[in-house]
Amino acid sequence: MKNHAWRPLIVVIGAIALLLSARAMVVPSDFGVNGKNFTYGFHRKGSIDDWKAFKVKYRGKEYCKECHEEKVTENLGSPHKAIECENCHGPAIDHPDNPAKLTVDKARELCLRCHAGLPYPQSQRSELPAIDPQGHNPDQACVECHNPHHPNLEAM
Amino acid sequence: MKSSRRQFLKKALAGGVVASLPLSAFRALSPAEVKASIGDDAVRWAFLVDTQKCVGCGLCVKACKLENEVPYDLPVTRTWVERYVETKDGKTHIDTPEGGRDGFTSPKIREEEIPAAEISKAFFVPKLCNQCENPPCVQVCPVGATYQTKDGVVLVDRTWCIGCGYCIMACPYGVRFFHPVHKTAEKCTFCYHRISQGLKSACVQACPFEARQMGNLKDHNDPVTQIIMTQRVSILKSEYGTKPQVYYIGLDEIVR
Repeated sequence: MKNHAWRPLIVVIGAIALLLSARAMVVPSDFGVNGKNFTYGFHRKGSIDDWKAFKVKYRGKEYCKECHEEKVTENLGSPHKAIECENCHGPAIDHPDNPAKLTVDKARELCLRCHAGLPYPQSQRSELPAIDPQGHNPDQACVECHNPHHPNLEAM
Repeated sequence: MKSSRRQFLKKALAGGVVASLPLSAFRALSPAEVKASIGDDAVRWAFLVDTQKCVGCGLCVKACKLENEVPYDLPVTRTWVERYVETKDGKTHIDTPEGGRDGFTSPKIREEEIPAAEISKAFFVPKLCNQCENPPCVQVCPVGATYQTKDGVVLVDRTWCIGCGYCIMACPYGVRFFHPVHKTAEKCTFCYHRISQGLKSACVQACPFEARQMGNLKDHNDPVTQIIMTQRVSILKSEYGTKPQVYYIGLDEIVR
């Protein structure tokens, strides 16, 4: 072949080589089809492990029970047994190491999430004990009279 | 046979290429390897929402936001709870204040008082990513930053997402949003970090009424799978052909 054909060809080949080597450097080696097919599974495989390594913050009642057995046992015999400790006390994360103290939400608004009366007979909401937030001691915190760990209306 | 220098060099080059082909290109795969490469897995995660049991407390939304580090006070959320109130004049009132994060404590909907006597039906519907079998959000991603795992969960690779927003527009359920901190597409992961180590997802664990449950569709003895297989369940927007894997009990026609 003549020189005038070779010279631009070398430039093109060089550009392709440059592109390929740049791609090899930028694209992670575990990038490829890792799922059921190309359409849905084309990704970086390490991303799955990144997500698996995400920090768990809500530890569950069993974790709380390891130290606060008395409180958990009291709660498990009450109408509030289905409520997780962390719904009111906040996520445990690594408590007691981090955070050392959990903040308790004693606001009326927390109780009203379930106990503010709504006229919805088709929802299980209407089966819960309900109050009118404006009419039922509006300036007082619920916990001043009610024990959230073991609410008992008869004993009041 | 006569061979010129040029021909000799050509043949030598071709021979060299063939000889350098890695032997692994012809390796026979074991059945287990074939299974792994076509994505056969023992788990397919599915979600079951019982709208009859939901009371609209919003503890699931709160737990999700704190568990998954979704900015708490910004108008973004991976899951939310909608309130549907149909009145006797045929009107439908729908709202989800703050995504239901603080629950529903007032009968007012968008500042509008709705008299109890006027209500013909009212209920709550929790929503989250449907982890579709045919996820349109994954199809449109131009860079391969979002994908479906073998156990059926659609995830976003935050290091690879360029934030173009195609997937946010592609989702018929509106479950994706732009993460204000990471500047990437964000979505419900079914709490992949929790379910992959045997824990319940944050919203399932936080729900006191078992309105939210999760199960493995490939295990026919799984109680959630049993319900999905034997009871009357429905899915959202089946007309899109996305094959959502979040099943609902007690959906109504007015739910969109």
